[in-house]
Amino acid sequence: MSVSSAIVENGTAGRITVTRAARRAIDTLLAAQGGPVMFVQSAGCCDGSDPMCFPNGEFLLGEGDMLVGVVHGCTFHMNADQYEALGRPRLVLDVEPGTPGGFSLAAGDGLRFVTRTKAPERHTS
Amino acid sequence: MKYQPPGTPGSVVDVAPRYENFIGGKWEAPTTGEYKPNLCPATAKPICDIPKSAAEDIELALDAAHSAKDKWGEASTAQRAAVLNKMADAIDAHREELAVAESWDNGKPVRETLAADIPLAADHFRYFAAAIRAEESEITEIDKDTIAYHFHEPLGVVGQIIPFNFPLLMAAWKLAPALAAGNATVIKPASPTPWSILKLMEVVGDIVPPGVLNVVNGPGAEIGKALAANKRIAKVAFTGETTTGRLIMQYAAQNIIPVTLELGGKSPNIFFGDVAAKDDDFLDKAVEGLVLYAFNKGEVCTCPSRALIQEDIYEEFMGRCLERIRAIKQGDPLDTETMIGPQVSKQQIEKIASYVEIGVKEGAELLAGGHRTTLGGEFADGYFYEPTVLKGHNRMRVFQEEIFGPVLAVTTFKDEAEALALANDTLYGLGAGVWTRDGALAYRMGRAIKAGRVWTNCYHQYPAGAAFGGYKVSGIGRETHKMMLDHYSQTKNLLVSYGTKPMGLF
Repeated sequence: MSVSSAIVENGTAGRITVTRAARRAIDTLLAAQGGPVMFVQSAGCCDGSDPMCFPNGEFLLGEGDMLVGVVHGCTFHMNADQYEALGRPRLVLDVEPGTPGGFSLAAGDGLRFVTRTKAPERHTS
Repeated sequence: MKYQPPGTPGSVVDVAPRYENFIGGKWEAPTTGEYKPNLCPATAKPICDIPKSAAEDIELALDAAHSAKDKWGEASTAQRAAVLNKMADAIDAHREELAVAESWDNGKPVRETLAADIPLAADHFRYFAAAIRAEESEITEIDKDTIAYHFHEPLGVVGQIIPFNFPLLMAAWKLAPALAAGNATVIKPASPTPWSILKLMEVVGDIVPPGVLNVVNGPGAEIGKALAANKRIAKVAFTGETTTGRLIMQYAAQNIIPVTLELGGKSPNIFFGDVAAKDDDFLDKAVEGLVLYAFNKGEVCTCPSRALIQEDIYEEFMGRCLERIRAIKQGDPLDTETMIGPQVSKQQIEKIASYVEIGVKEGAELLAGGHRTTLGGEFADGYFYEPTVLKGHNRMRVFQEEIFGPVLAVTTFKDEAEALALANDTLYGLGAGVWTRDGALAYRMGRAIKAGRVWTNCYHQYPAGAAFGGYKVSGIGRETHKMMLDHYSQTKNLLVSYGTKPMGLF
């Protein structure tokens, strides 16, 4: 799937779904921001596993990035090499108490977004 | 021995109820008037309140830095080196105090901060004090009468964003070359570890001219961007994850300024069969080399989190390693006997638990750990996780993603070619370890691994003078080496003609 492919409906058909708590957080965030937001799955050091949430368009997407899905009307992106390296995970966007990593927006007061992984299909070596 | 927690009777560290930003040589309250409790990861209890600053505070810090930069940049290298050496002396003189503060803020065991973080921080200032004194400009004789002079000039004011895993040492890595090269700086510490660097400012704040060194704490979404995207910085340095790294490059592109980035890794630690050829000190060193994945509770960009072991020695070698792993003492970070403390935050420990679960679901075999550690008393709510080992194969997610915890992924290889293929089968290229008694094999592997630092028959050493930085998505630039001065300097070329005759073109 590439950035230009058809947008799937609310994450239900994409490779990411969203919990009810995350939907509520997104609603609140959209109201507070006065505009749409985007998600980018990070990697690497420190807060590397965090989904980073930015005002829509803040993060410049490149040809190496893919659209993982649409969560509650917001696009969720990931670097395609990273997606492959991680074995094409099926993700769930959720919220939990805590401080967001990097330059990410919070998911509301004292909350942060988090991605969880659905049980992976078993790999064979 | 056990150190008393900061702020309690008999502790070597005083704690104020509330701290401020350090701007222009003074403690300045955040313009927001807002503060946030800073939790100790060992107890999950607040240590102190820390400013929740906004973009305006970054502007104030930049005002201070800009008013200080010219004088500092024009100071002789002898004067700047003297300041750096004084900072190093002050850090040494407050070694215990800073070590205990760092342990309490981050959770890392005080045996590490006393022996490594704090002495190394001091040494990096001394190294760059020496390097700037020894730095020479180059002169090129273009022809008999034409000379190209190359002068190093400071960039001006730089922005530096520090990670939570080595708050003081990473600050030293970034501060020392920036200040040595004559720049003024604005630092944003990591949100989980905002305090120890303020204790450092108490120690060195009077040594540095006001405005040369400024520290602002607050949320990344507000002050991180306000700093990194600011038109008034001439360079930005960052250590952290890839998305923020890309965002910083993006902002830097808009301002056409340079960046240095260190963005993590998934470092292989490779043990060839001949390490077990003799039962001697070297074998013991190699066993310790594997167990170093638990150093700083695995919260290290270069954590040797993938152990690749030649299959003929796997059972014997791993048996010894597991015995050593079982002997790791976990608990109070302020006890000098403790080898592993708590993870830095609740979110980190939850992330670790979820990765271990993913690993097991993917079919990895749990060889050690795999659970949160339950400690009693004051540490009952601390973020402790057992040193964990998962055996699997390199395509599993736990072999590909940086977990940033005490979780080792182990697999085996048949021969040199397979070892190299596995080592390089990662998006990252920060660190690697090679263990063998065969020097030629070590050299071939070291040159062929796509990583910026290949520890050979050692691991997790970070001396000033050895360049550190990443290949592939692990970043740009080389720290802890005098070449970092180039990353903090502008080159001025004066092309001078001493001839008197016209060129004859017009």
